[in-house]
Amino acid sequence: MKSFFNYIAEIFSGIWTLLTGMKITAKYFFTPWRNVTQQYPENRDTLVMYDRFRGEVIMPHNENNEHKCTGCGLCENACPNGSIEIISKSIMTEEGKKKRIIDQHIYHLGMCTFCNLCVRACPSDAIKMGQKFEHAHWDRSTFTKVLNQPGSKIMEGIKE
Amino acid sequence: MAEIIEKLITTDEIKTDEYLVNIGPQHPSTHGVLRLLTKLEGEIVHNVEPHIGYIHSGIEKMTEALSYPQIVHLTDRMDYLSAHMNNEAVCLCVENALQVEVPERVKYIRTIFDELQRLASHQLWWCASGMDLGALTAFFYGLRDREDILDIFEETCGARLTLNYSVPGGVMFDIHPNFQKNVKAFITKFRKKLPEYDKLLTDNIIFQNRTKGIGILSKEDAIAYGVTGPTGRASGFSCDVRKHHPYSAYPYIKFEEKMGTEGDSFTRWKLRMDEMWESMNIIEQLIDNIPEGDFAVKMKGVIKLPEGEFYQRVESARGEFGVYIVSDGKKNPYRVKFRSPGFSNLFTINHIAKGWKIADLVAIMATFDLVIPDIDR
Repeated sequence: MKSFFNYIAEIFSGIWTLLTGMKITAKYFFTPWRNVTQQYPENRDTLVMYDRFRGEVIMPHNENNEHKCTGCGLCENACPNGSIEIISKSIMTEEGKKKRIIDQHIYHLGMCTFCNLCVRACPSDAIKMGQKFEHAHWDRSTFTKVLNQPGSKIMEGIKE
Repeated sequence: MAEIIEKLITTDEIKTDEYLVNIGPQHPSTHGVLRLLTKLEGEIVHNVEPHIGYIHSGIEKMTEALSYPQIVHLTDRMDYLSAHMNNEAVCLCVENALQVEVPERVKYIRTIFDELQRLASHQLWWCASGMDLGALTAFFYGLRDREDILDIFEETCGARLTLNYSVPGGVMFDIHPNFQKNVKAFITKFRKKLPEYDKLLTDNIIFQNRTKGIGILSKEDAIAYGVTGPTGRASGFSCDVRKHHPYSAYPYIKFEEKMGTEGDSFTRWKLRMDEMWESMNIIEQLIDNIPEGDFAVKMKGVIKLPEGEFYQRVESARGEFGVYIVSDGKKNPYRVKFRSPGFSNLFTINHIAKGWKIADLVAIMATFDLVIPDIDR
């Protein structure tokens, strides 16, 4: 008989603890201003990522189409996945000396793990991490990017 | 009629044959691609054989071709829920080998990140194992509160899951100006949320009946199998690396090593919930006292370790995580071995799940807090 009462008591305490839990869900159900959900594709215009967010590697250019990259190749060495390739070319300077400058700074977005090691390795702060994160695309070839813009030059005063 | 049924149940007349069932590789309760080859009689588990290696990524072998700063970013991908502890283990190992003393500020920042990461990991464990046991609401609440920690991470180091924040010699960036304010706000908020978690699930009778007394792991077995972390401590095995071999800022602070005695699923559950309170205590002791100074020491461009063998252990959210580096003096390691806690913890499952029902096997797995990339590496 005692076990029977225990059985009944357990049923009621089970229901009671369920109701305690339901009270919490009800609290959040009736106070929707506590919700933290973001309506993502709709809030694109107002969505601001943090400054340090690591979305992709970019090379900032100034208004005269000049960048800071000397083509030293330190970022290529620092990259663990081989997602950066530096292709340099040699030109003749005005003084008649041979000089190697950057031809193409190739960045394979598809291989990148966004570890920030290339940005740390860069001695002239030529590359940095951008905030763009919507990289999905139909065509794989678009993931290979050339970071220095066509016709761009190195900025004055950057040490080799 | 009732007598006949009772007779059938008590005698072995309706005994069925043993049969094999694969739980996984694709099963929600295995939290990844883990295959458990289970020998069943009816619903009773007779033997569990874990088959691992479905997402083996060869990280140990890959490290042999990478330089030391590059190794750090791969360790994010093993135990992705305690990424910062893994990063820190490699960094500490390299720093100890080179006899580099990092600034106090770095030690404090690393310890705060460790504990934030532990909170985030335990929250995800809480909500996911609630889902395993049939409580879906827990999943949303756990992820909702974990989001705050991930935002703090994102603001300071730019990533949410694969942090790669520690580098040999320090940390990658200085902490964000808002960091201290946000962490304090989070802790004030989370102190109110944890009792809610208890009301929602821990105090629930149905949940307690499913976990109390289920899957008992004795202290002797825990030591014999090398079980560490909250799972080992729930069995009464004092194995907290933070306490016994303190690293970073852990020697400067007071905290309690939470222990259990029973070793059943409910003790493992309760212990992790208690650890969350303790993590918040640790963060509160450190957050106001971060010393001024550099956030990294200048290391050489190419880091070469001296010849020899180096081992460093840290307490990750799942147990003792160890890094063993054999160096031959070059810029790449000769051999790297990671001692991952999940691997040792998983293989007790055959021992403790014998004789229980399939539903109990799921409860045992849920309270073991398995992360499969950590096991497969």
